[in-house]
Amino acid sequence: MNANGIGARVKRVEDKRFITGNGHYTDDMNRPGHVHAYFLRSPHAHARVKGITSSAATAMTGVHAVLTGDDLAADGIGPLPCGWMIHSKDGSPMKTPGHPCLAQGKVRYVGDPVAVIIADSLALAKQAAEVVEVDYEVLPAVVDLATAQSSATLLHDEAPRNTAFEWELGDKAATDAAFDGAHHVTRIELSNNRLVPNAMEPRAAVGEYDAGTDHFTLWTTSQNPHVARLVMSAFLNIAPEHKLRVIAPDVGGGFGSKIYVYPEETVCVWASKKVRRPVKWTSDRTEAFLSDAHGRDHLTTAELALDERGKMLGLRVKTLANVGGYMNLFASSVPTYLYATLLSGQYDIPAIYAEVDTVYTTTTPVDAYRGAGRPEATFVIERIVEVAAREMGIDPATLRKRNFIRKFPHQTPVIMAYDVGDYHASLNKAMDLADYKGFGKRKRESARRGKLRGIGISTYIEACGIAPSQAVGSLGAGVGLWESAEVRVNPVGTVEILTGSHSHGQGHETTFAQLVADRLGIPFENVSIVHGDTDKVQFGMGTYGSRSGAVGMSAISKALDKVVDKGKKIAAHLLEASEADIEFKDGNFTVSGTDKSIDWTSLALGAYVAHGFPPSEIEPGLKETSFYDPTNFTFPAGCHICEVEVDPETGVTEIANWVAVDDFGTIINPMIVEGQVHGGIAQGVGQALMEGTAYDSEGQLLSGSFMDYTMPRADNLPSFKVDTTVTECPSNPLGMKGCGEAGAIASPAAVINAITDALGHEDLAMPATAQAVWRAARKTSQRAAAE
Amino acid sequence: MYPFTYHRPASVRKAVNLLASSEDAKILAGGHTLLPTMKQRLAAPSDLIDLNGVEGLSGIEQKGRTIHIGAMTRHAEVANSDVVKEAIPALAKLAGGIGDPHVRHRGTIGGSVANNDPNADYPAACLGLGATIVTNKRKIPADEFFVGMFETALEEGEIITKVLFPIPRKAGYAKFPNPASRYALVGVFVSKRGKDVRVAVTGAGPCVFRATALEEALAGRFAAKSLEGVTVSDADLNSDIHASAEYRAHLIGVMARRAVAAA
Repeated sequence: MNANGIGARVKRVEDKRFITGNGHYTDDMNRPGHVHAYFLRSPHAHARVKGITSSAATAMTGVHAVLTGDDLAADGIGPLPCGWMIHSKDGSPMKTPGHPCLAQGKVRYVGDPVAVIIADSLALAKQAAEVVEVDYEVLPAVVDLATAQSSATLLHDEAPRNTAFEWELGDKAATDAAFDGAHHVTRIELSNNRLVPNAMEPRAAVGEYDAGTDHFTLWTTSQNPHVARLVMSAFLNIAPEHKLRVIAPDVGGGFGSKIYVYPEETVCVWASKKVRRPVKWTSDRTEAFLSDAHGRDHLTTAELALDERGKMLGLRVKTLANVGGYMNLFASSVPTYLYATLLSGQYDIPAIYAEVDTVYTTTTPVDAYRGAGRPEATFVIERIVEVAAREMGIDPATLRKRNFIRKFPHQTPVIMAYDVGDYHASLNKAMDLADYKGFGKRKRESARRGKLRGIGISTYIEACGIAPSQAVGSLGAGVGLWESAEVRVNPVGTVEILTGSHSHGQGHETTFAQLVADRLGIPFENVSIVHGDTDKVQFGMGTYGSRSGAVGMSAISKALDKVVDKGKKIAAHLLEASEADIEFKDGNFTVSGTDKSIDWTSLALGAYVAHGFPPSEIEPGLKETSFYDPTNFTFPAGCHICEVEVDPETGVTEIANWVAVDDFGTIINPMIVEGQVHGGIAQGVGQALMEGTAYDSEGQLLSGSFMDYTMPRADNLPSFKVDTTVTECPSNPLGMKGCGEAGAIASPAAVINAITDALGHEDLAMPATAQAVWRAARKTSQRAAAE
Repeated sequence: MYPFTYHRPASVRKAVNLLASSEDAKILAGGHTLLPTMKQRLAAPSDLIDLNGVEGLSGIEQKGRTIHIGAMTRHAEVANSDVVKEAIPALAKLAGGIGDPHVRHRGTIGGSVANNDPNADYPAACLGLGATIVTNKRKIPADEFFVGMFETALEEGEIITKVLFPIPRKAGYAKFPNPASRYALVGVFVSKRGKDVRVAVTGAGPCVFRATALEEALAGRFAAKSLEGVTVSDADLNSDIHASAEYRAHLIGVMARRAVAAA
């Protein structure tokens, strides 16, 4: 094995520049003569914009322009689209009125951009913004998700009952019949709390227009620069694709929030032509809280039907999903095909029926956030399984095992066909590592100290490697979800990989190079990974949904196959042998059964000097491209076990132990995978215990800064025990499944299952803050006193 | 941030003169409240008078049974001071629990006390130890200093120069941090010096206050057991997205017991 090849714990090569301050982020891009954009945002959750007076601002020296929604309309710049069509039960298409980049007629959340002020300095732009007068007619806010459909106030005239669609999946009649024959029905109501993404690097954009070539360049914090260019060209009418270059340089975290095309970057690139200067904008943290797409925000009722032994018969789920003020780019797919299709979990459930209504409220738009639909699904199924086990007096691990899918492939009643897995293996390993058997002793020991101890299991599954283009197309996606790769071999044998995947923390420069070093038998250092620039990489669908390994690396793998094939052809000529006799191993092309061989570097040079083969048979050069379209989703799965100790006096929950056993298929770099799991768990624990997005009744964001919005920190978390089991994914050449979101998907249910186990009742919502747990613990002691 | 004029006087007298001659000046000590507020354009002082160049405002020394801490002394200096750790370990612990290392190496005791943030730690120590706040004009007992939310007894042109802490026989501080900001959601400072028993509560109300019911309970025997069953009214306590008044009132009792146990 190559020392830096597949399976090696190679240290991340990109980290040196990041931790020494030598990264190049969007805000580091300083263009000659650039000016600064400041967005004047709505202070109201819902209002009619009756007029904007900007003459005092435009009169200020150094102010280049004050632009509004009218200016966008005059230039034919379209509204931001939603890229995934969902149809309601009655067959009608979703109601998604456009999302203008600057308000046109109305504002629909606090922070909705109303105007942009472009000035020589940011301070001046802010000063000018103070004299822009906006005449608002304030309208009632619609904040409460539970009642938004019955509100007398409509956000969009086109969407009656503030509802974008009422969607269903599964067989209602079969599911109802399963409930009719059930021995036991467990019913739960739960909320999946709204989260603010808070990537370390806030969003930023620099737009530049070259009048000489009539060409735009946009530097932006994007997870998928080609998709951004496509949307800006095809839907927004900024410029045709060949006249627009989008560069997403080093990006400091995305978690989904940087998938979308946002108003600010669109305005920066559009305005750069209007003011004939590069236009720069960097979000501050306050703006990020208000304007980055939020995550989750569901209200769900779920019912599980079981027979006498706890065998699951049917699952019925009704979810209200909050999409905020506008339907964001992929917002319609998140609570539908990324959510309800995973409600079968790891279980053989014969009948499932899910209904999802998506609802507009006067809050920040909601879209995909690490896990995107799958954490919500896992929370539903893993909570209801746990509650069912407790109600039926069956050990939760036992109930899970009785229902695990054992035979693969397995067709669930909700579209997904699981390819491979071994759910018993991960649960058993996790129970061993967590010393599940010894829990009773630990619980008694905690009780002696006045503490409540609980243990919670979450056996999760997710669908990654999104996705087969034909399949998602049939479900309403506006794009295909393949990936592209180009392998450029230089004459000296070094290799550049151009990938449509985008790294914003994942470590692609390391893992992708490991694959190449492994396959070509060349030094790891001789490989560089190029990404994030539409002028360099021909096209790509970007990074989200844990797809860079399963899809992005599969494309590289296919392109490498082509390179090796061509290398063999060239080697056959250079070695005067038959192509069929050429073997490629450890960087050498060898004539089978002989000691005649040519090494990689000589072969590469041979390909470029082209002296040794006829051009009629072989083109000079060594460069190959591949577009890889997956044949199925991949299905990472595993088991997380969380053990907590609750202080009933204060309600503080301490995570005493955490075990994660994940099946990600083939692993390229265990260190990076462990890091992904650690970060995912941290985010999931954040959701479960800390992160509460709070709006008041007027639609003002109360948790609008780190003073009031609790992010998880190192001292909130234990040292995790992370392990794996492996079943190789059969649907891609590397056997990979994806690991980027698993931790965030698995963990919230494990935490809440553990705390409710400690408390002895289920009445606890996320985030389970100390106050919430204290209240719940008082309920426990009141019940004990009453008994 | 709005434009302002920056001054760096070398003496308290010069700082006071500048204060008197400016229209709307603010004193800059550690700047940990003032500068973020200015950056958010929520404050627009005409002048900033930076005390970081003033000689003799910083330092810790013991004089008799009193600890003198200069107004510009950073939290980290108090937390790491052998003098403080020996004489009033609870005060060193409190200072070491403020903010994070960046804050502790920049923030000052004088700035914190003058700002009187209802969630800050130092006001609890001052009130809980019966400290004296010394200014360029006078000495103010802590009991008279903390007037209301972000309000103190400081008058126009008055600058804190040091804080005097009498050394107690026993003292303890227990803080329940706000999970987000890690300011005190409830912080309770307890002390006993002769017959003087003090219980000062920060974070829970609009201003640091003394919990007299708890003080009375501790007057007999200064032990956590004495506080069992003693409740604190939630009538005047804060209620926000982090904690209801009821939860804060409950936490006062818990933190008081823990502070006494730690004393």
